Amino acid sequence: MRRYFEIYWLMIRNSLIREMSFKANFILWMVVELLWFLGQVIFLEVLFGYVDHIGDWSKWECVLLVGTHQITSQLFQAFFYVNLSELPDLIRTGRLDLMLLLPVDAQFAVSTRKFGMDNVVNALVGVAIVIFCLCKLHLVPQFHQVALYAVAIAFGVAVHYAVLFGLATVAFWIVRAQGLIYGYYNVFNIARYPDVVFHGTFKVIFSYLIPVIIVANVPARILARALESPWNGLAQLMGASAFVVFATRSFWHFALRRYSSASS
Amino acid sequence: MTSATFSKYWKVFDIGLQNTFVYRWNFLLRAVFGIVPLVGTVFLWQAIFRPGQGTISGYDYSSMIFYFMLTVFLDNLVTPTEDEWQIAAEIRDGKISAYLTKPLNYLAYRVGLYLSYRLLYISVVLLPIIALGWVFREHLRFPAHAITWLAFGASTAMAAFLQFFIAYSLAMIAFWVLEISTIVFILYSFEYFLSGHVFPLDIMPGWLQAFIQWSPFTYELFYPAQVYMERVQGAALAQGLAIQAGWLFVSWVCARVLWARGVRKYQAFGG
Repeated sequence: MRRYFEIYWLMIRNSLIREMSFKANFILWMVVELLWFLGQVIFLEVLFGYVDHIGDWSKWECVLLVGTHQITSQLFQAFFYVNLSELPDLIRTGRLDLMLLLPVDAQFAVSTRKFGMDNVVNALVGVAIVIFCLCKLHLVPQFHQVALYAVAIAFGVAVHYAVLFGLATVAFWIVRAQGLIYGYYNVFNIARYPDVVFHGTFKVIFSYLIPVIIVANVPARILARALESPWNGLAQLMGASAFVVFATRSFWHFALRRYSSASS
Repeated sequence: MTSATFSKYWKVFDIGLQNTFVYRWNFLLRAVFGIVPLVGTVFLWQAIFRPGQGTISGYDYSSMIFYFMLTVFLDNLVTPTEDEWQIAAEIRDGKISAYLTKPLNYLAYRVGLYLSYRLLYISVVLLPIIALGWVFREHLRFPAHAITWLAFGASTAMAAFLQFFIAYSLAMIAFWVLEISTIVFILYSFEYFLSGHVFPLDIMPGWLQAFIQWSPFTYELFYPAQVYMERVQGAALAQGLAIQAGWLFVSWVCARVLWARGVRKYQAFGG
């Protein structure tokens, strides 16, 4: 285990050095993410010009939800996104062989090569938004709420990871796989909506099987709804993320067994 | 256009079709995953309209759902997916040298490829789109006037070429800058919100409407949908189509000028 931490630390250091040599790019990526985030907030601003509530969610609760989604997705992007999105290319070109030969777990090797510092900055923007919403809602969270919020965020990152990892692994069968990466964005598109708007089979699938609905909703509720018990939601999120992480890892092993490398 | 020129670019179209066929799974996946946000949007608007809200800026629940179905369809039909990345890569890797020596107009060549991509894409994703239309059949609607079809066809064709010329012009930046992805994504984020993907632009506050009327993004997606839903008619329709044609012309000039300047500056790397 300690060896893995050491390797990971080296990878992060390497990525930072690499990123700092392209400063303009670094700042531009931050601008991109900020624009997207601003767009979400403007969308809510327009919506709440017409209604006071969506389900039982008020405007600032919805913005808090978007901020929470921002934190989770940016943390995921910081640690894993680039690596996983390059997996289809590794498979197509056969460079995956190099990873498989390394004396570490193959999933670890393909998941942790690069680290995005700009995403960490964007996650902090998310934190600022969440704090701003708490002020608007006149809420002062207690220590245990903040702690549980952080735990829920961590499990949310695990769900993001498992979903993209599972999608990227499909690339073992399909050669051109940009559509898969696109699928990640599509699926997580619904993570920013309050859970009360969903119902039926769709809600069941996206709460348990591909649990994207609960990723931002559970932590947001922990913070914004002090009167609701946090445990049900948290248990669901923990169970569901354990399930998807385990399921995608099994899928990865299954895919690796039939991998015969590219070219000769 | 002489028949020889025509058959040349027809061949390009044909080759494009054959090459793109490898992407069929990619296309199908894109379309299938694209349904998830649409269904999410439907749920969201259901929740918004539920508390007895009659209409929002003239949209009731049903027409709002139809609006999103229509934009998803138009988006699949006209939005270039890989063209700008491919063009930029060809410039960066020096592959365009091969085209420069041939009696071939690169822009026309790229238009041929774009059209073949779009044709193949829409035929692959037609099945999911029809399935979706069936699920939401109660919200489907058809224009009351026959002339609307004509205006819609013209507006959609212009939207397609407007989007293509914008993508092409963006890719031309690769002549000057090595890595264009950040610039592309910054423009994407404006396009995404200002072309009507997220909500119909006419529900935005009144003081923004003048901007929306004159912004090029409006005419990339939102405007054809408005035409089809007959939310613009008569003189306003003619005016909108004229603005769209104006932007189309500007984007075409932009694409040509940037190409001409880029080629002048271009130096191929390697042998």
